[in-house]
Formats: sequence, C-alpha cells, structure tokens
Amino acid sequence: MSPFWLILLVAALALVGAVLGRRKAMASAGGDARVLHSLPNYYGANVALFVAAPALLVLAAWMVIQPLALDGRVSAMIPETAYEDAGALNLLMADVRRIAEGLDLAVEQGALTAAEARAAQAEDLRARLAEIGVAVGAEIDPSTLVAAQGLRMLDARADLVRTVVILALAAAGFAFTYARTNASYRARNSVEFAILLLLIGASTIAILTTLGIVLSMLFETLNFFRQYPASEFFFSLTWDPSFSGRGGASTLGILPLLWGTLYISIIALIVSVPIGLFSAIYLSEYAGKRFRGFAKPLLEVLAGIPTIVYGLFALITVGPLLRDAIASPLGLGNSASSVMTAGLVMGIMLIPFVSSLSDDIINAVPQAMRDGSYGLGATQSETIRQVILPAALPGIVGAILLAASRAIGETMIVVLGAGAAAKIDVNPFEAMTTVTVKIVSQLTGDTDFSSPETLVAFALGLTLFVMTLGLNVLALYIVRKYREQYE
Amino acid sequence: MNDMRFTERTVATDEVKIAAKGVQVYYGDTHAIKDVTIDIADKTVTAFIGPSGCGKSTFLRCINRMNDTIPSARVEGDIRIDGEDIYDKRVDPVQLRAKVGMVFQKPNPFPKSIYDNVSYGPKIHGLARNKAELDEIVETSLRRAALWDEVKDRLGAPGTGLSGGQQQRLCIARAVATSPEVLLMDEPCSALDPIATDQVENLIHELRERYSVVIVTHSMSQASRVSQRTAYFHLGEMVEYGDTGDIFTNPKDERTENYITGRIG
Ligand SMILES: Nc1ncnc2c1ncn2[C@@H]1O[C@H](COP(=O)(O)OP(=O)(O)OP(=O)(O)O)[C@@H](O)[C@H]1O
Ligand SMILES: [Mg+2]
Repeated sequence: MSPFWLILLVAALALVGAVLGRRKAMASAGGDARVLHSLPNYYGANVALFVAAPALLVLAAWMVIQPLALDGRVSAMIPETAYEDAGALNLLMADVRRIAEGLDLAVEQGALTAAEARAAQAEDLRARLAEIGVAVGAEIDPSTLVAAQGLRMLDARADLVRTVVILALAAAGFAFTYARTNASYRARNSVEFAILLLLIGASTIAILTTLGIVLSMLFETLNFFRQYPASEFFFSLTWDPSFSGRGGASTLGILPLLWGTLYISIIALIVSVPIGLFSAIYLSEYAGKRFRGFAKPLLEVLAGIPTIVYGLFALITVGPLLRDAIASPLGLGNSASSVMTAGLVMGIMLIPFVSSLSDDIINAVPQAMRDGSYGLGATQSETIRQVILPAALPGIVGAILLAASRAIGETMIVVLGAGAAAKIDVNPFEAMTTVTVKIVSQLTGDTDFSSPETLVAFALGLTLFVMTLGLNVLALYIVRKYREQYE
Repeated sequence: MNDMRFTERTVATDEVKIAAKGVQVYYGDTHAIKDVTIDIADKTVTAFIGPSGCGKSTFLRCINRMNDTIPSARVEGDIRIDGEDIYDKRVDPVQLRAKVGMVFQKPNPFPKSIYDNVSYGPKIHGLARNKAELDEIVETSLRRAALWDEVKDRLGAPGTGLSGGQQQRLCIARAVATSPEVLLMDEPCSALDPIATDQVENLIHELRERYSVVIVTHSMSQASRVSQRTAYFHLGEMVEYGDTGDIFTNPKDERTENYITGRIG
C-alpha cells in the first residue's frame, strides 16, 4: 500500500477510534458527562492520538530508512566488474532505481502486466520505457536489469511488511487506550502531555537546525584554519585574496572587513537611532489617533521594502549626490560608492525598525506612570524624559542592539553603496566593504571548496555569527531585565 | 452606627476653596457625572462616598484636570479654585496640577529609587535650592506619609520593590512633597493595614491645618473619622452633601440612608 493511502487509512482508523473512545467513556459514565474526569472530547482525542501518533511516526522513520537499507543489498547484486569506482557505482544505482520506477509506472499505467514486467528483457526495455516517458541514459545492461528486478522485489516485500507493521501499531494503540478508557481515566492530562511533546518536538527541530548550521560552519572554519594561520586571519591588516590558478599567496586578514562593517554600521545607527526614537516618541505620546493610524502602517511599509531596493537608491541617488555635493568640493575623494552612502541608506532602512520596536516598548509603559507624573504637575516632555524613557530605556537599548545586528548582517546596500574594496581608512567618503560582501564574493564564480580562498568565507561567516549572537544575547538579556520592572 | 467616633465637626473656615457648578462628564457616550454642584471649603477634609462606579474618581479627576489625559473624556460646567475658572483657556493644567496634588486609587510609583520618587515633584518645580534642602523635603514627606522608618536605610532601592501598602504611602509622600494647596486622595487606604491607615489618617488631620483635602473612601468609619464634610454620589449624581455628622446620623435622602446603613453598595 502506498504511504498516501496508508496515512489516509490510519487517519480514518483514528477517527473511528475517537468516536468509539468517546462513546465508551460516555457509556461508562452512564451518559452523564459530569461524572467523567475530562470532557468527553478528550477521551476521543486521546484514543485518536494513540492510534495515529505511533503509527505515523514509525511510518515517517520507515520511509527514510527503507531506501537506505535496500540500497546496500541491491548494490551487492551488481557484479564488481561492471564498475570501476564508487562514483560509477552511484551512477549505476541511479539507473537501477530509474528502471525499477519505470517498470512500476508501466504496470500502473497498464503498458505492461505485472507478469510481463517481471519477465522484461533488457533489449527492448529502453524503448518501451521511453514510450511511457521514462528516459534511461544508456542501453540497459542485463546485470542492471537483474538488480532493478531485485530492487522491485525487495521494495514490494518491504512495502508489505510496512503496511502490516503500521496497521498493527494503529490497532495496538487502539486496543491499549480503548481498554483503559473509562470515567475515571485522565484523558485530559494525557492529551495535555501529547501537546507538550508536540511543542517540545517543534522547538527541538528549531534548536537542532541552528546547531547544525553552526556545526557545519565550525567544521569548514577548522578546515580553513588548517590551511591558513589563524593569527594572520585575525590580525593581518590586508585583505588580498589571489584566486587559485593564478598563483601567488593570498593575504586574508579580516580586520579591513571588520573595520568597514563597524564603520558603516555605526553611521547607520547614528542616522537611525535618533530619528527612529524621536518618531516613536512622537507617535506614541503626542500624535493624535488619526495621524498615528496612518503613520504607523506607513513606517512599517518602509520596513518591508527589500534591501536591494535601498541598494539601488544608494547606487543611483545618494552616492552621486554625496560625491557631487560634499566629497568632490571638499576634496575628500570622488568615488560614488562610499561608507557614508551605505551608512546613510542603511540608516534609513533601520529607521522603521527602531521606531516600531521603540513605539511598542514606550506603549508598554503603563498609563499609571504617566498619570502619576502628570498628577505631580510635570509637563509632557518632562514626563517623557524623566519617567517614560528611563522606564523604557532597557527595552530601547535592546531594540537598538537588534538594529545593530541587522546593520552588521546587511549585504545588498553595502555592495551597491560602499563598493567592494577592502581597506582601512577614516575618510567616510572612501569606498570600503564589509564582511558579508566578501563572503558573497568568495563564494561566487568558480570555487574550489578545498582552497583557503573559498573556505575563508566560512571563517568570516562564523565571526559574523559570533558577533551578532553576542549582540542578540546582550539585547535579550537587557530586554528580559526590563520585563521585571513592573509587577 | 453607634461606635463611630466623630472627630471635631466644626469646619474651620467657611471660605470656599473649590466651587463646582453644573459639572457634566462624558466618556464618549457614557454620561458619568450628571450636573454636580458642590462647594468645597478650605482647610477642610471632604469625603466622597458612594457605590462603586458612581463617578467619585471621575469627579475627583475633574478638579486637577486629569481627565484631560483621557481622549474620550469631555468635561462641561464650571469649576473654580479660589475663584479662578480652572477650565479657562489661560489656565495651564500643568501649573494647576502642581497646586492640586493627587494620590491615585492604585499605587503607581515610578520605576526609580524611593528617593527619586519623592524628589521628583520638588525637582521639577524647583522647590529646593540645594541637595540638603531636597534631602530635607524627602525626609519630611516620607515621615508625614508614615514611611520614613521603614525605608530610611534604603532610599536608593527601587520604589516598585516596596509592598503594596508601602507603595501607596510612597505615592502619598510624593504628592505631599510638592506642598499642594489641595490634595485629592482616591481611596488612599484601600491597600493599607490598620496601623498604616491610622498613620495616614493622622496625616490627613495634619494636612487640614493648611490644605483642603478631598478623600474618596469606601469605608464609612474612615469617612466619619477623618472628614468634616461628606458628599454622597449615586450613579453619577451627587445626592447629598453636608456636614459629616448630619449625613451619617440624619441622612435626608433615602439612597444615602440605604448606603450608609449597608443596604446598597
Ligand atoms: N477611562 C474611562 N473610559 C470610559 N469610561 C470610564 C472611564 N473611567 C471611568 N469610566 C466610567 O465612568 C463611571 C464612573 O467611574 P469612576 O471610576 O469615577 O467610579 P468610582 O466611583 O471611582 O468607582 P470605584 O469606587 O469602583 O473606584 C463608571 O461607569 C465607569 O465605567
Ligand atoms: Mg474610583
């Protein structure tokens, strides 16, 4: 039975189980739901859970494991003379799977009977499979066909076992809970526990994927440090990769990139924090209901603009403007891409981010605080400065740190606004670049995943990750402390 | 009602401090205060009593224009303090509130230190010339609110870390610190134990020598202990107003009588 029908069948069994379980619970209570420990529906849900959950979990695991287990046995059927190395074996196995699937498809569509499929000959099979839309690369070798037939047979047998096991599990789950269902059984607690498991499962997946990402980065980074000295990476003042094939050693110092990253981020924060914070104060404390209802969504739309659009704005408008209006006349350089351009535009991008977070935080300060201050004869701005902002400050700092970690991770605006030249310079009208941009450029084009020039991307990524993680942890810590302030 | 000990009934002066005439308050479409007219005397404690939701807090908030901070609230009518219309365009509500202090129904200390909570008003209004004077104000205010002994060793601790009753006394100290001419107290003792209640009542007695105090209370015995005048509110109307002794011993309106004898509210 195919997994689809199996799932449907288990679901149907669960439904029937739910109805039966509910009925049995009601019967054991003499039809009076008040005598039951839990609401009647909990008994139904409990039976359904025991029927479906183990069966479906085992089915999911089975579907992952079965192909892996069969592969080994089928590849043993192919004579060793038919291939040279592991790569060739993989190709052959792909053919085997294809032919097996093609035969199954042919039977399904009625092009072949089951008996014909079993007895199919290597010679004309390729043509017949092509007729039903399955393309096989080369002429079919008899030994491949034997393996394919073996695979089909094993598959069919495993499918049968699977169906039996799953249905048996569902039945066992039903028998187990149905027998225990009676008026005093704590179905509500049992369902509660199942929900708890579901939630734990979901958060485990979230945590494990994060862990996986970090670990894979960590391994590649270690790989990189085996080929390139860590002290050079962290302390060298030059970034000068030479691409493989052209020869020559490259210098891969992260400092110029970190400098660019921090410089641009700081300019972005200098732009976005005051503007964002003041607009949040205006919106939450002064603005009328109607203006607020119109301005707040507008700001949030600004937050939804893709960063590449901001990048274009930097490239086409802000960059040339800054160059022609400020940099060239003052003799500070004549490049349209500059730290200033990227910083300004990134700052604009962060304004809605800062303002909407701060607005939420300021709104969370209880009205009673304001009343207390007004009641003592304080003006609105005194109240804001002396009561509301101090109360909201930790939360606002948290918002600013979150904005900072976004600035550090930003790529598109930098590529288009600040260029790709890695250097350390104090002149904000010079082109510089950031860690993220270099990660992209090291990984695009022809890459050889064993050379330090490529692997350095992982070390850069991990450094960035540690930096933003640090900022986020700090932000969360501060925000949490802030929560404890009002009862 | 025999066990009530009525304190000095005599109103020290007949000078009117607050004169309200035909006050109406609306919250959107709800008519919360209906045509209230009342003269509140200077150097007197006036109690507002009445069942929950009858508009005591609302009326109290009219006197220092705190209703201005509620967008849906609309106040009509005429309220004068010392003969000056407080809803006049020329009156600055901020200035008014410095003169008319308020203690709220729920304690609302700022998330600052105890010291900063009390010194907040004096600092804003420049009442102290130097740190020593400010320290002095903080100490007397805390003493008057019967809180000094409990907090004198931890003035730097956050005000929000105090117990509910201590927080309420902190708010009283905060209000007293600005030396208002009128003090509005909305159920100041609802979270206090009998000892602290007694101390706050003593404070109210003391304040009466200089200020006019308006207190909202749900405790009949408190009203009779601390006030010289009592006003009974019912469903947004002021039903009866007079000397506390008269209201409690000889109520004229049936609703007042029912309330103070415990049949409603
Ligand atoms: N901010 C508000 N918005 C809308 N309606 C309000 C608001 N505040 C009070 N009201 C309404 O106005 C009426 C009077 O409320 P008020 O708070 O003055 O009662 P109260 O006499 O102080 O009651 P309590 O003794 O319970 O404190 C009530 O019906 C209340 O629902
Ligand atoms: Mg009230």
